[in-house]
Amino acid sequence: MKVHTYERAFMTLGGMLLVLCMAALVYATVAMGIHLPGRAGEIEPGKVFTTPPFDNPGVHQTGPNQYDVVIIGQAWRFHPMEIRVPVGAELNFIATTFDVIHGFHIEGTRVNMMLIPGQISRLTYRFRKPGEYLIICHEYCGAGHHNMYGKIIVE
Amino acid sequence: MAEHIAASTPVVADPTPFTLPETQQRVLRWTLYVGYAALTAGIFHGLAQALSYAGIDILGFFPALRSYYQGLTAHGVANAIIFTFAFSNAFLPLMVARALSRRLDERLLWASFGTLVLGNLLVIYAVVTNKASVLYTSYAPLQAHWTYYVGLVFVVISTWLALMNMLLIWRGWKRDHPGVRMPLLAHISIVSYVMWFLASLPIAVEFLFFLIPWSLGWVERTDPLLTRTLFWFTGHAIVYAWLLPAYVSWYALVPRQAGGKVISDSLTRLVFILFLLLSIPTGFHHQYTDPGIHEGLKFVHAILTFGVFFPSLITAFSVMASLEMGGRAHGGRGLLGWIPKLPWGDPSLSAQLLAMITFVFGGITGLINASFTMNQVIHNTTWVPGHFHMTVGSAVAMTFMGVAYWMVPYLTGKKLWGRKVALASNWIYTIGLLIFSRGMISAGLEGMPRRTFLVQAPYMDPDWLVGRVLTGVGGTLMFVGIALFFVVIIMTIWKGKAGEGPKDIPWSETLIEPAKNGWAMRLDRIGFWVIVAIILIVIAYGPFFLSYLPPNYVSPGFRIY
Repeated sequence: MKVHTYERAFMTLGGMLLVLCMAALVYATVAMGIHLPGRAGEIEPGKVFTTPPFDNPGVHQTGPNQYDVVIIGQAWRFHPMEIRVPVGAELNFIATTFDVIHGFHIEGTRVNMMLIPGQISRLTYRFRKPGEYLIICHEYCGAGHHNMYGKIIVE
Repeated sequence: MAEHIAASTPVVADPTPFTLPETQQRVLRWTLYVGYAALTAGIFHGLAQALSYAGIDILGFFPALRSYYQGLTAHGVANAIIFTFAFSNAFLPLMVARALSRRLDERLLWASFGTLVLGNLLVIYAVVTNKASVLYTSYAPLQAHWTYYVGLVFVVISTWLALMNMLLIWRGWKRDHPGVRMPLLAHISIVSYVMWFLASLPIAVEFLFFLIPWSLGWVERTDPLLTRTLFWFTGHAIVYAWLLPAYVSWYALVPRQAGGKVISDSLTRLVFILFLLLSIPTGFHHQYTDPGIHEGLKFVHAILTFGVFFPSLITAFSVMASLEMGGRAHGGRGLLGWIPKLPWGDPSLSAQLLAMITFVFGGITGLINASFTMNQVIHNTTWVPGHFHMTVGSAVAMTFMGVAYWMVPYLTGKKLWGRKVALASNWIYTIGLLIFSRGMISAGLEGMPRRTFLVQAPYMDPDWLVGRVLTGVGGTLMFVGIALFFVVIIMTIWKGKAGEGPKDIPWSETLIEPAKNGWAMRLDRIGFWVIVAIILIVIAYGPFFLSYLPPNYVSPGFRIY
């Protein structure tokens, strides 16, 4: 196939650019430890309020400077609605939903997970700055979707 | 390169004339009009949503509207599904018929139109009566009335019938032309819908085997993660199903309108085959933040998503080179002097040039969405609609409008009414779109959620203010732009000078001719490439289904809207 020299050069440079971007992503995942939620267990949605650890939503210390943050989404609120955590601590968010699909996003951070009926979502994060952060349900979940939010106070 | 190409630019010649019979042109016209009718409803809701981000609530003025989310469902379905596929159902078969100089099958043409209309009526019923306010993504366990799902299935079937029509005349043409390579325009048009056919199968499975029986009450529960995965299995490729008809115009028609040529026949075919291979096995990049899907698989889809960016990079160069050729043919000199020499006064071309410019930003933001660590910052914020209004809302929508400026006159035989109004529409829409997207993108980076009725939300971040205002201002301009487009189309049909429409489609010649030997010939073996595409899909999706199935039927339906 005849390809013009300039076009060939453009394709090569473009291809290299894409490979470089991929390399940056690998670096972020492997070296910086930025992970996505993966498979973290299944649960029966109708029974979340009686299934551990969701029978006791909230913040639980699990080790030195290490906490589990257990959260349930339900149309149209989070349980609990307000969370207090220490700055710099390793926070293991464990979340699920009682009814429909919800979103769990802490504004200004990469804590961003979907809560899907039947699935448990997990993500680890450390807050570097104290302050009040908004938690937003960012997936449409019915007529009251815009009322679903929470607060996380880092101190 | 510039001088080299300019030197070999002859005037583009007219091919042998061919027109479809009036009976067939009429069906194609009406198919287009179905799309425009949907777009009319879609843009009113779009205006209401953009204004609601700016804190202005005009929803009370809409008759029969019970919630913001009902309007948002109408906006998504009308603009992204009905408008786009109605256009492609008319445009692609016309391209193939013209490229092969063969009539379409009239029964299939009517069947495709009929299923499109039937599907529309069912969807309109469900959406207008607030029985389907689930948004166009239809995530279970939010449950819609069965008419909504069945209606969408009919819309998909109409696209399959359009494809069948193209394949049928291609087969007839091959029989009559043994040993002749199929023309470029026919190849890329058929590949576009072959890709879509393959891509549409998962959503067909989702609707037929899961959501429809569940909405009818035949089964009590469904699997939210599996149905969502099936949706995105189709859902990323669907954006390429919207985009490829626009690429058909950019590659094969725009060069002629600009006074240039298609740069390379083989490279163009290769680009469309790459889209056939890579568009589908990329869906997990919409599910990066989902539980229940292994991180490694998400990474595989990230790589393939970067891969599907490559044919778009080639397109950026090839189409630009065609334009440069046209600009120089019109007397453009110097490094960039060819740009102002392009025929900007042609509303059909100017719409598509502006579409290409905004698509650069659409592409870059898309690459950021695909970058999975960065995706966590912007997932489900207004960044995402900010991005896709610069792809489907500009590259696609503006190109479809640009094409309409010659296609409606071509199909009606009437001269385009109001060239200057059409030009104004292009610019107002583009400027509005850039302001709108700038607003959505910046506020999205600050965490403003998408798909949310912020006017009534108990929370609000002052950092979103600038973005919200820009969204409202830009959205209003976009509305004005499209309203002017409708004025032009309606006036053309109603008052356009009869008998003065274009006599042929604006198709281009090629600079580097079709290959007569070598591997590039194999690009025409579409069946073979479909098999390769299926193998890639099995590699990308197989591990998930193997480890996940059988379905996890956990959720009853919720109608809480």
